[in-house]
Order: sequence, then C-alpha cells, then structure tokens
Amino acid sequence: MADRVLVVEDLKVFYNEFQALFGVSLEVAAGETVAILGANGAGKTTLLNTIAGVLTPRQGKVIYRGAPVSGSPAYRLCRRGISMVPEGRRIFPSLTVEENLEVGAYSGRRGPWQREAVFNLFPILRERARVPGTELSGGEQQMLAIGRALMSNPDLILMDEISLGLAPLVVQELYKVVRAVAEAGTTVILVEQDVTRGLKAADRVYCLLEGRVSLAGRPAELGADQVSQAYFGV
Amino acid sequence: MQWVNVLAQGILLGGLYALYGTGLSLIFGVMRLVNLTHGDLMVVAAYLALVAGQLLGLSPWLSLLLVVPALFVIGVVLQRGLLNATLGKGVLPPLIITFGLSVITQNVLQLGFTADTQGLDAGPIEAASLEVMKGVTLGVLPLITFAAAVLVLTGLQLFLTRTKLGRAFRATSDDPTTAELIGINSRQVYGLAMGLSLAIVAVAGVLLGVRTTFAPSDGPARLIYAFETVIIGGLGSLWGTLAGGVILGVAQTVGAQLNPAWFQLAGHLITLALLAFRPTGLFARTREAG
Repeated sequence: MADRVLVVEDLKVFYNEFQALFGVSLEVAAGETVAILGANGAGKTTLLNTIAGVLTPRQGKVIYRGAPVSGSPAYRLCRRGISMVPEGRRIFPSLTVEENLEVGAYSGRRGPWQREAVFNLFPILRERARVPGTELSGGEQQMLAIGRALMSNPDLILMDEISLGLAPLVVQELYKVVRAVAEAGTTVILVEQDVTRGLKAADRVYCLLEGRVSLAGRPAELGADQVSQAYFGV
Repeated sequence: MQWVNVLAQGILLGGLYALYGTGLSLIFGVMRLVNLTHGDLMVVAAYLALVAGQLLGLSPWLSLLLVVPALFVIGVVLQRGLLNATLGKGVLPPLIITFGLSVITQNVLQLGFTADTQGLDAGPIEAASLEVMKGVTLGVLPLITFAAAVLVLTGLQLFLTRTKLGRAFRATSDDPTTAELIGINSRQVYGLAMGLSLAIVAVAGVLLGVRTTFAPSDGPARLIYAFETVIIGGLGSLWGTLAGGVILGVAQTVGAQLNPAWFQLAGHLITLALLAFRPTGLFARTREAG
C-alpha cells in the first residue's frame, strides 16, 4: 500500500494482567477512511487509545508516517498530527463551548480548521458559544468533541463511537461531517458498533473479535454473513 | 465604633489569609494535590526576603522582585522533580512527601537561621494608619495586604479565563487524559501550577514577615489558616477564597475582642461549623474559574 500514514504491527496491550489486544495489525493509507467494527469489549477503544498514545503496548509497534511512536505520550502525538475524539465525548465542564474549541488548538498546529471554520461546520455551536460545554445536548456535545479534535488540524483523526446514544438523524448529520473532513484530505479511523453505519462510511473496514482482527476488506467485497460472523464470532 | 473597627481589622486580615489560601486552592484545583509544605515555604519566602535585605540592602517590597521568581522556580522544580512522580497513586504519597518536606524545611531553616524570631523591616509604613472616619482607623499595611490579595486574585482570574495557558490549566483540572489528547502536557501544567502557587506564597510570606515576626517552625500554623480559608470559602472558587479569608479574619478579631485568648479558637470554631453544616464551603465550585 503506497503512502501509509499508519501501520500497526502485532499489537499486544494489557490492563495489568488482563490482555485486551492479542496481536492486532492494520494499515491505513493517507486520505483513507477506515472503520473498526466490533462488539462491546472487542478491543476497539483499546486499539484507538494505543494509537493515540494514551496506552502503551506491551508488545508490537505503532508506526506513524514511517516512525515508531508507541510509547510517545498523547500530547506529543497530537503535536505531530494525531487527534482523537474520545469515547463519551469528554467535554471539559469548566469551559464554555467556545473555550472547549479554543483549547483544542493548544498544540499550535496551523491549518484550515480555525474556530470560524468549525462554527460553519456546526452552526449550533456558534449560537451556544458562551454556554458551559456540558450544558449542550448529547448530539451537540459530540459536535463539540469533533470540532475540538479538528482544531489541532490533524493529519489523522481517530473517532471513538461518535454515534453512541444519539438519535438517527443526528448520527446522519455527524457522518456527513465525517465525510466532509475526509474529503478535505484528513485520514480518518472510526470505531463503530453500528455495522451498517461503519460499512457505509468507510473505504475499508477491520472487524475486531475478542482482541484479534477477525476480518478486513472493502465494504463492497464483504458479505453480510462474513461480517456478522466476524462481529459475533458465530 | 469599637466594633466597626474590629470588623474592619478582621476584613483586612482576611486579605492576608486569602493570599495564604489561594495557592493551596489552586494546586488542589488543578491536580488534586494537598501541599503540607505550603506554610513552611511561606516562611522560607520571608527568610529569603530577610537575606535579600541583609546582603543586598533591599527593602521587603523590592525583595519581592527576587523572592517571587525564586519561589516560582522552587515550585516548578519541586513538582517536576518530585511530586509528579507521586501522581495517580492515591492521595497518600503526596501527603507523606510534603509532610516530610515540611519537617526538613523547618530543620534546615533552624540550622541556617537559628530558632530566633526574625522580622522584615519595611520602615515607618508598618505602623502608619489612616483614619477613614471618626473612630475608625485602618492600618496602611493591612490595606496594602488586602489590595495585594485582590490584585493577585484578579490576575489569577484573568490568567485562567483569558489566556491560552489558563484554559489549559482548567482543561487539565477537569480531565488530564483528554487534555493530553489535545496536546497539553499535564506534567508541565502541574509544574507551572505549583510554581504559580508558590509565587503567590512568596507574596504572602513577605507580607507576613513585614506584619509580624517569624521563626523556622511557624509554617504549620500558617498552613492551618490557609486550610481554614479554603475550607470556609470552598475549594476551587477564587473569590470564595477571599470571602473565606475575610470570614476567618473577622471571626478571629471578633473572638479576640471578646477575650484575647479566643483569637484562634473563634477561627477554628467557624471552620468546624462550616465543615459540619456545609462541608463543601460557602462558595463551592461550580466552574473552575467561577
């Protein structure tokens, strides 16, 4: 694969004695949108957190733009262009909507994503700019979390379950934005429990099952049976 | 008129206590760390001002130009070199380490300066007073102290709400893991927060040294007042710290007016009452910079 932004090799990640990932490998090319599908507890969030530098693998490598980065702390990876929309949105409660966005630009990376650009993407955030971030509705908070991650002008954005607990219409709107972000040239890795949604949004998918890659390929090439087997393991 | 005087003294004393409490509250707010060396470092600041006066002939006010940066550096080094290593391991390790540092600091001060009490000489301003109305006189030094407290709190508020680094402080206080995801090095933030806390301690220490005498073992008593201020005002609330200081100061001066032995006791009783009936303090934090 030409021009790989991210290569993950044989990743093994533990929480103390509990092993969450058993040798996961994957590759992501520049500009691609890749979805990681899997049931609860399959290791999706662990995988994203390891790529983002929140977790350190016991074995295996994360290679970002040709350089091994596993073990680098998250703040350093953010400065190098990896940004994450964390699971559960994690809006800063003491900051207003506007401040939540502005603090997203802390790394000082330049690029098209400035406050105005995010406000244009999500006009509701402009209307509610001075409200404490956690007073927004769930969907609006998710928009804010995506906006905050964009503010660092990432080359690679990781999105963890952005559809979780939201109404279908809101999810549809969020995914329109994901497509817009990808079309602007940013590489996207999505974690999704919603298989249909993931298959529709991604150029390629990886299915995780109990900490291992159970299936990989392009959505059009994968049969429904294959996916459901890779997802549920039955 | 006598009571108006008492009340006014208490309010102004509250300014000094607010300076005691602000740094303590700041680092608890940012990194949930309780620094038991807080009071001792205040005494260290007073001794540094003393040395600056003896060696360089600086007045206590001019010595602030050296003492504030010195304490800032001590704070950064202390946090990054020692206390950061205790983070995420529960509340006990930092408590034990700062308790140990408190003992060490007192002993080192005693070695260097003996146990004799010392004072900072700021000249005639120490005893100057203004008669603001008939029968009510206010000391110039307490007025300066109160003004310093308001200035420090205003500055801190502006820093936390208006600057990029201040927003990073608040974000890290809310959620250090997520803060790292947007490029904030939380350990660096913690170092700066401790530096800032001790820079404020430096101001408090020099004002303390001008107001009264000090000795190497005075730190823990100052720490108690700092704690009481923060408990009354509510953790994490900046202006609550000023209110807490004022309530503590008024309680002490009113208590002392009734019976000179009740100065400290009245303050402790108010604090206990607060803990019993409103353990979060009067101005419990809703938002960090509130």
